[in-house]
Amino acid sequence: MYVYQEYDQRLLEERVAQYRDQTRRFLANELSEDEFLALRLQNGLYIQRYAPMLRISVPYGLLASRQLRRLAHIVRTYDKGFCHVSTRQNIQLNWPSVEEVPDILAELADVQMHAIQTSGNCIRNITTDEFAGVNPKEIEDPRPWCEIIRQWSTFNPEFAYLPRKFKIAVNAVPDADPALIGVHDIGVQLVHGANGETGFQVWAGGGLGRTPMTGAVIGEFVPWQDLLAYLESILRVYNKYGNRDNKYKARIKILVKALGAEKYRELVEQEFAELKGGEMTLTTEEVARIKGCFTAPDYQSADTAALDAKLAEDKAFSRWFHTNTRAHKQAGYRAVTLTLKRTGRVPGDISDEQLEAVADLADQYSFGELRNSHQQNMVLSDVAANDLYDLWKALDALGFATPNLGLLTDIVACPGGDLCALANAKSIPIAESIQRRFDDVDYVHDLGPLDLNISGCMNACGHHHIGHIGILGVDKKGKEFYQVTLGGRGDKLSRVGEKMGPSFESEEITDVVEKIIKLYVEKRLENEPFIDTYERIGMDPFKERIYG
Amino acid sequence: MGKVIIDGAIVDNQWQRLEGDTLEGELPIGNIIVPLAYWQANRDALLSRGDVAVWLAPGEEPKDLEDDLGALPLVAIHFPAFKDGRGYSYARELRTRYNFKGEVRATGDVLRDQLFYMTRCGFNAFEVREDRSIEEALQGLKDFSVTYQGDVNEPRPLYRRG
Repeated sequence: MYVYQEYDQRLLEERVAQYRDQTRRFLANELSEDEFLALRLQNGLYIQRYAPMLRISVPYGLLASRQLRRLAHIVRTYDKGFCHVSTRQNIQLNWPSVEEVPDILAELADVQMHAIQTSGNCIRNITTDEFAGVNPKEIEDPRPWCEIIRQWSTFNPEFAYLPRKFKIAVNAVPDADPALIGVHDIGVQLVHGANGETGFQVWAGGGLGRTPMTGAVIGEFVPWQDLLAYLESILRVYNKYGNRDNKYKARIKILVKALGAEKYRELVEQEFAELKGGEMTLTTEEVARIKGCFTAPDYQSADTAALDAKLAEDKAFSRWFHTNTRAHKQAGYRAVTLTLKRTGRVPGDISDEQLEAVADLADQYSFGELRNSHQQNMVLSDVAANDLYDLWKALDALGFATPNLGLLTDIVACPGGDLCALANAKSIPIAESIQRRFDDVDYVHDLGPLDLNISGCMNACGHHHIGHIGILGVDKKGKEFYQVTLGGRGDKLSRVGEKMGPSFESEEITDVVEKIIKLYVEKRLENEPFIDTYERIGMDPFKERIYG
Repeated sequence: MGKVIIDGAIVDNQWQRLEGDTLEGELPIGNIIVPLAYWQANRDALLSRGDVAVWLAPGEEPKDLEDDLGALPLVAIHFPAFKDGRGYSYARELRTRYNFKGEVRATGDVLRDQLFYMTRCGFNAFEVREDRSIEEALQGLKDFSVTYQGDVNEPRPLYRRG
């Protein structure tokens, strides 16, 4: 992973000092609520329903074991002993105190972590495929480019007070969208040109939230040297012309849609003409320096004999292997997903003791690194085939080996009304109710790949729009209701789902999901996944079954 | 006379910023900063005075002043609210696109915690909001010793500084 230099570390320490002073001035009434609001949000601190929430940045989801141990210490010391993996690969604390946040930041800075720009109207954490660097389908490792963008966006002086939040994701897999670039403010797709040179297809104007839509291609092929100049051009146009009167119309997607992609591209090209070839141009040396931080670990020779034997004799292990581990670039290795989705557990939650146990497993089995996924799971990316059985046993004991990755019960859910001040409705009890209804593992496996996402409000932290089945909490005269969308995708491509019809009460929603599933089972062709059946038969049969 | 930060020092404010509705009748004597619309309507008369500058509100871009920049000693960029960040791009454009060498002044809701960013975008003068200590605000210019990106004062990003 990226290795901090003296200056990177100094920047973090100066940030801690700055934020400590800002907090002091706020508590001394030298800063108004409103002034402090913008400052604390740029540091990931929300004031929530019961307590503040602190969002800690995990650049492109990558964590080292010593960082996991520090997080464990922090959640034990400053919180209630657990934290939450967010859908943008970050970590959230739900019970810190405003006064202690500077101390938490100092603890984080010791291990090269921070909360910079994890909220507020600025450029947020850069995200990517949780299998980046080991995914056999990627054309190259996207993480160096994520890191280059991270440095450019960190404390970028011109883009700290944008019209609205701004999210950038990077994808290096052709014909699939594991980083959801289609629904990001900017999506960066790595491509290779005619002579094999690296470049980027740059999308802009996607987003979820209140007005979900997929983005448009703005830059068809941006040479790698020009990446930052091009991104800066897109941001400058947005900073100048994005709507600032109505926060619901302030995201770049609204501007791109209003102007049209053609016009937006024209404005970007005008800016880019000035920046191209200038000081922002990336150098071969800098790219090589960053790439040097993401080299392959010391893989051992591939021997899968022991694995093959265990797969043949242990059915539960075999099921986990086929569900929760993935093919790897390196022969004899697998990428293992730890599912944080056992029934009865808040999706994405992990305790201090579990963080420490996972850190030990990362050290023992995966070169000391771990990733957060946008589906609120964790990944040990480099596990030797012959270690898988022992790792599985250890994960099973921790409750992280539920074999449901990518299946119906691997539910993505925001913290919802139980914790979040913005939420219209609860998410966590809905997730649990659905998990309990579908408690037959064989049946869930038989249903095949199925993304079910729940958001407690239209801010869409649970990414409900891109769930094959999406559930959105809405408020109707002070009561919690749930709206269902079908046909969203965040797999091969990103696409926004379609609303099924009027919303349901919380007591009804699990029955509704069950009816949707039953209809799918009746209608599916052999081996046809839910989303394919939906695309083949359309919304009407589902509507009829539910409302008819 | 109020105080203003110019080039990192607190000095007497030699300029008076005028709102549009105060511009009925005769103009005050001395250095004045007028709204863009007033400038555009009275350009020739104001140019001959020689002690007139212009301020831009959010939505009014440096492009609107393009032909006059050579004759202006100062351009102010007004922040009705500190959260409206358009002025950062305007300052940058003044410096890098139009190569404006005069004073670029931030006025309005100008606060300590934004000064470091503002300086990097090309502001060199700050009228700190009246209810806040200008001495304290001055500290905001020193928040960081490290910058990743190039900026108006140091165009090279960190990786080109060698």
